[in-house]
Amino acid sequence: MHKGVARGTRFRPFIGSLFWALTPLYATVLALLVGAVMLLLLGVNPLQAYSAMVSGAFGSSNALADTLVKATPLLFVGLGICIAFRGGVLNIGGEGQLVAGAVAATAVALSLSHWPGWAIIPLCLTVGFLAGAIWGGIAGVLKAYLNVNEILSTIMLNMIAVQGMNFLLRGPLMDPMQVEAGSFIPQTARFSVTTDLPRLVPTRLHAGTALAVLLAVLVYIFLWRTTIGYRIRAVGLNPDASRAAGINVERYMMLSLILGGALAGLGGAVQVLGLHHRMFTDGSATGFTGGAGFNGIVAALFGKLHPLGTIPASILFGALIVGANQMQRAVQVPSSFITALNGLVVVFVVGSDILSRRRARRAVGQA
Amino acid sequence: MRGIVKRFPGVLANDRIDFDVRAGEIHALLGENGAGKTTLMNILYGLYRPDQGQILLNGRAVAIHSPADAIRLGIGMIHQHFMLVPTLSVAENVALGLPSSRGFLLDLDVVTRRIRELSNVYGLRVDPTAMVWQLAVGEQQRVEILKALYRGADLLILDEPTAVLTPQEVRELFATLRRMAGEGHSLIFISHKLHEVLSISDRVTVLRDGRVVKTLPTSEATREELARLMVGREVLLRVERSPVELGDVRLSLKDLWAHGDKGVPALRGVTLAVRAGEILGIAGVSGNGQRELAEVIAGLRTPSQGQVEIDGMDTTGWSPERLLKHGLAYIPEERMRDGVVRDFSVEENLILKDHVDRPFASGIFMNFGTIASYADRLIENFDIRTPSRDAPLKNLSGGNIQKIVLARELSREPRVLVAAQPTRGVDISATEYIHQRLIAQRAKGTATLLISEDLDEILNLSDRIAVMYEGQIVGVVDQREATVEQLGLMMAGAHKV
Repeated sequence: MHKGVARGTRFRPFIGSLFWALTPLYATVLALLVGAVMLLLLGVNPLQAYSAMVSGAFGSSNALADTLVKATPLLFVGLGICIAFRGGVLNIGGEGQLVAGAVAATAVALSLSHWPGWAIIPLCLTVGFLAGAIWGGIAGVLKAYLNVNEILSTIMLNMIAVQGMNFLLRGPLMDPMQVEAGSFIPQTARFSVTTDLPRLVPTRLHAGTALAVLLAVLVYIFLWRTTIGYRIRAVGLNPDASRAAGINVERYMMLSLILGGALAGLGGAVQVLGLHHRMFTDGSATGFTGGAGFNGIVAALFGKLHPLGTIPASILFGALIVGANQMQRAVQVPSSFITALNGLVVVFVVGSDILSRRRARRAVGQA
Repeated sequence: MRGIVKRFPGVLANDRIDFDVRAGEIHALLGENGAGKTTLMNILYGLYRPDQGQILLNGRAVAIHSPADAIRLGIGMIHQHFMLVPTLSVAENVALGLPSSRGFLLDLDVVTRRIRELSNVYGLRVDPTAMVWQLAVGEQQRVEILKALYRGADLLILDEPTAVLTPQEVRELFATLRRMAGEGHSLIFISHKLHEVLSISDRVTVLRDGRVVKTLPTSEATREELARLMVGREVLLRVERSPVELGDVRLSLKDLWAHGDKGVPALRGVTLAVRAGEILGIAGVSGNGQRELAEVIAGLRTPSQGQVEIDGMDTTGWSPERLLKHGLAYIPEERMRDGVVRDFSVEENLILKDHVDRPFASGIFMNFGTIASYADRLIENFDIRTPSRDAPLKNLSGGNIQKIVLARELSREPRVLVAAQPTRGVDISATEYIHQRLIAQRAKGTATLLISEDLDEILNLSDRIAVMYEGQIVGVVDQREATVEQLGLMMAGAHKV
């Protein structure tokens, strides 16, 4: 019999030996070491490069604020991923859900620009939330009632969302000034300042970051303190037993996709209201999202699919993105190196996750 | 085997075990789950290496590093789950992995001839040209034995060989085993079924907690003594069933038809009724529609025809949620798949069916205080051995996990209980406990449908016994009139005589 199992089921994601809980961190360090070898091959001093990276991410209040701003969409998407993955659905649609939420909020912000801030901001956020919910919900309905694989459908929906965004930004939502000037850059006009999310300190840091952290706590309460969260987790861990226990498995899988999409959609709305104050596209999804729809998945996995663990994980990835840009400027490495470094971290983190799971299974197998 | 020690992290699976088998002997290895039987045999078969101790074969120390070594040394093992390729013929399965006598060309005719010879010597009736998927379970087992004999096994390990057989097949197997022993083969017979051990073996070694408790000649052993050695205390092998006044019909099945997973009819017109205070046992070899029957009643499988009535209401096609609110409890055959969430804690599993109801939840919020005291009460009442209510369920033994399912289902005060294989893979002391609980539930007036492949269990608990064969009820007999002989014939498809 196993002794010394810590108390508090609801805190289980935090227990187990501390050593193994920190595996993602070791994986990151390993990835950075491999990155150091690559830097050496590029003829760059890795110490110099990494110190530029650290100071770029944390070196000043502006750097820190930028890191948090970059972390914010990751956290929104990551929280949605926590819900979806815990419910046993692999939601890869973060990009599309971010875009859907952002486009919907943009449309509202532009058309109701005369409204006061206290009314327009909550409305835009709600609309973004709902648009994300619908975008996730489409995949949810397809999975629940037509048994369509959610990985495929969410990826497809990403593409549809991006093309929809391109169409709107090149057509109905395009900045009228651009049209007049004949420059046709695919972006909207700047929103009315009434829609700007409040700044927290005199940096780019906006209230959306605080909202994300608050939501992380709410998602934690939702998953571990409510009957709905209990059911989502039960369905994710064992759909057969859940069905036998009277839980409508399809409905809860659908719900976890809807909620996952909604949080990402809210993140999209926060991006346009808090940071860009307009919407723009370079034709792909990443032009607007910066890849947050995918990096958010990694952040959630990094945080062991725990909403509170996703907070530091998102900040770490935000720091990687901001710091890497600084490193690029400081030591003149090609931008593809930054992409490679990001990819290395992802591969190592996912790999370490598989390793520690296998270890856990072995430990159980011998009991 | 001398002084065998095998450690797993946190567990001493084999503690200085001495074990020997003589030529021409059938030696039974008896013990509860986790006693170390399988570990010991896996060491002998080269699947594990011992941390200490040595293995002597014909007086000579040998090193067995892999099953290939074991086979070369004349050791064969018949696993509980057969290792056969269903789409190949018997001869092809036997020849699989062996060098051909003709180099690159197949020598199946030679193999076939040799199989026929072996079949005759040992009385193993198998057609070498038959496809394995066409064979009954008992025949497949004979193919496994042939495979081992073909490879020249002098020492044969049989891991719970009777678990999947009908009583008639068991008798045939035992005849074969005696014949093999007569030819000078040594057999190790792993089991936890006492009466089988008593009827087939020459000597018995009882393991408990990784140690040898005793090795004794079977002629000097009794059921009661073996059970006591196995468990470490006195065990009630038969539960006392006091007469219970039968009530109304609680569960009624009318001409029930349903498809199996492969799309062919698995239930073909089942009609049964169970009254309050009655246990109706369903006997049969697995795969004759028992699983589908349980699933249809539990709302997990839609019948293609017919009716299920619970408490006089037509519940055909109801959702599992509605059924459990209506007083149905269900102990599923595959508890790890359908009964529990292995990554949930003990506590979370205990409320799997009640978590949305008061007092466990107010609105959407769960009341952890109430849940905790409820869980503690069930853990105590049902004697669930767990470090705490927060411990992950997957760390518990099979018997304790089954007690959790039992606790959850019975504390709902069910009107109707469907219990499928309630003690499969569960050790003898937990089995004893589960049986007592089912009988206690009967006294409370629950109507129980007990589905089991274990005839002893069926005979021990049921008031009436229905035998299922190929999706139909072959007959229903009163427990007082039932004999193993008669049930065995019915399980093979013969109608009630």
